[in-house]
Amino acid sequence: MKKPENAVKERRQLNGNTLLLLITIALFIVMYAVGCVIYAGKGFTHLQNFLNILITNAGLLCVACGMTCVMLTGGIDISVGALIAMDCMLLAVGMSEWGMNPILLCILVLVIGVVFGMFQGFCVGYLEIQPFIVSMAGMFFCRGMTAVISTDQVSVPSDSLFYTWANAKITLPFGGYYNKKGILQVPYIRVGVVIALAVLVIIFLVLRYTKFGRSLYAVGGSEQSAAMMGLDVKKTKMEAYVLSSFLCSIGGICYCLNTMAGSVSQATGLEMDAIASSVIGGTLLTGGVGNVIGSFFGVLINGTISSLVKTNGKLLSSWANIATAALLCFFIVLQSVFALLKDRKK
Amino acid sequence: MSRIRKITQMKLFLPIFCMILVMCINVVADIAMGKAAWSFFTISIKNGLLYGRIIDVLNRGSEVAILAIGMTLVVSASAGTDISVGSVMSLCACFCCMLLAGYGVSSTTSFAMPLIVGVLGCLLMGALCGAFNGTLVAYLNVQPMVATLILYSAARAIGLLFCNNLIVYIRVPTSGLSIGYDIFGGYIGPIPTPIIIAAVCVAVMTIVLKKTAFGLYVQSVGINRKASRIAGLNSQRLILLCYIICGLCAGIAGLVASSRITSADANNIGLNYEMDAILAVALGGNSLGGGKFNLAGSIIGAYTIQAITTTMYNMGVSSAQAPVFKGIIVIIIVVIQAPPFKEFLAKQRAKRQQASGKEAASV
Repeated sequence: MKKPENAVKERRQLNGNTLLLLITIALFIVMYAVGCVIYAGKGFTHLQNFLNILITNAGLLCVACGMTCVMLTGGIDISVGALIAMDCMLLAVGMSEWGMNPILLCILVLVIGVVFGMFQGFCVGYLEIQPFIVSMAGMFFCRGMTAVISTDQVSVPSDSLFYTWANAKITLPFGGYYNKKGILQVPYIRVGVVIALAVLVIIFLVLRYTKFGRSLYAVGGSEQSAAMMGLDVKKTKMEAYVLSSFLCSIGGICYCLNTMAGSVSQATGLEMDAIASSVIGGTLLTGGVGNVIGSFFGVLINGTISSLVKTNGKLLSSWANIATAALLCFFIVLQSVFALLKDRKK
Repeated sequence: MSRIRKITQMKLFLPIFCMILVMCINVVADIAMGKAAWSFFTISIKNGLLYGRIIDVLNRGSEVAILAIGMTLVVSASAGTDISVGSVMSLCACFCCMLLAGYGVSSTTSFAMPLIVGVLGCLLMGALCGAFNGTLVAYLNVQPMVATLILYSAARAIGLLFCNNLIVYIRVPTSGLSIGYDIFGGYIGPIPTPIIIAAVCVAVMTIVLKKTAFGLYVQSVGINRKASRIAGLNSQRLILLCYIICGLCAGIAGLVASSRITSADANNIGLNYEMDAILAVALGGNSLGGGKFNLAGSIIGAYTIQAITTTMYNMGVSSAQAPVFKGIIVIIIVVIQAPPFKEFLAKQRAKRQQASGKEAASV
């Protein structure tokens, strides 16, 4: 007995969510356009400025993809910032002090990510502990382990293979311009951006077309219905956390390619940036709704804000934090107003 | 056997057990390091001030204890945690120092305003932050953790704006009857002031809980929000009130923390304190899923955490490495509290009893 009413309701719900995504994209375009108008003289209009936002936020993009997957199941993972710090420290110390092969180190980092994710996922999925508390403990643990590995600021040695990866410029065949001296400036991206964009595309396809991706949405929408449909809710939840920590480790490698150093206080607050990006991108905190394209624009908005503050030069850097928090607040309120309206209609 | 179970099922078993465990570790460590076995408990008076490791624990643990009061209420009423308290502490301290020193001044030796204005401003700012969080949680139905995430990332940044990106020093010492800024983190007579402040806060809250039905209302809202509303309680206003109290506690803690260093260091005041406060509540045997709460447990939990930290510093663990142990402790506590783990244990026990029963039958 399928009633057309259901279909209408579904379409309406879809519209509400698409609306959030559209607001995000529009906001990004407006923000970037305003930046172009105000700071036209400071190089904001060049393609390279946009690419720089991508280069600095490649790590964040990977993390935001993982965070979106976890948030789709209705959970949260605040250990990502600390995990990135641990990854970077491991990479830096491993190459400079232990003299390990960078490829081996990268594999080690990914394996650590998976094991860490499995532990967190087990606690959340099978032991039914609140995700926030589990990942808080994970955050403590990673931050502390970073200090156990080394308390100094360690940089990656300049003779390693990793250094060549980090400095590789992938030039684009279009969008070049002549600078004041008349030399052609070719726009370029770095290896990290390629990895991050690949992650974005893969996760988008996984969420849209695979059984695993659809079950993430199902679990987040309603755990009970998902269980009644025959989905293994516990396993799906655990897999979401494994995926998040794995992507976070990839993000850690991208982050390290950008900073080329490891320190204890690295990437503090990155978890909040990732959550903010996902929320701004239309992922519902209650789970079940959202996609990584939105998160991508969330990351871009985040990057544009800090780029605007940096280009201004006079503003305190804390304005970037305040602006992101204000946006986060705006979107959270918007989401809850939508939810309240939906309840009214029922 | 049954007596042991009776003891382990007491409300305050977990926090008191942890406290005793930490003390035992201290005694063992002291003996291993060649100090007197009871050096953890010895209290002496040096230069007219109380001195000793246990006094140090009580003194340094005051902020977390004060925060734990508010956090207990928030956890109970809304089944969520307020992760903004550390940042709000920093914001309140910065606001207070800005009022007392004037905007943009990095160091001062005289108050720009009376001390009481600064203190009231600090508390008001805390309550305001709490009201903001509470409004989001109570009236807009946002998950507590996410609602407080906004101030978690913004409050510290706003504090930096108040201080104009500087560390504001207020060098007004207490001399005779004129009270300086260092009073809240210093000493009154031989006793450290933070201990007195924490004691007063706990006493006030205890009286409120004992003399009014406030505690009962909060618990009922935490257990079932809808049912309490139908029973005639204003659930939303109660949750809002809990968050305001939590913000107020953060304000008091911020005042104490900034008075200790007689300055407002926006980047470092209250760093990771939200985690300690949540840990204190969990360690106190309170369920993080809301409902019934036990204030005494949280307070003991707060001092236990400080005892753990002091012990670790005493054993030569650096402050950056200490979180490893805290993380492990959190996981152990929550795993013990997790219902599936309890069920698993109960099943094991039943199996063992069945096995022994069969043996008895066969004999």
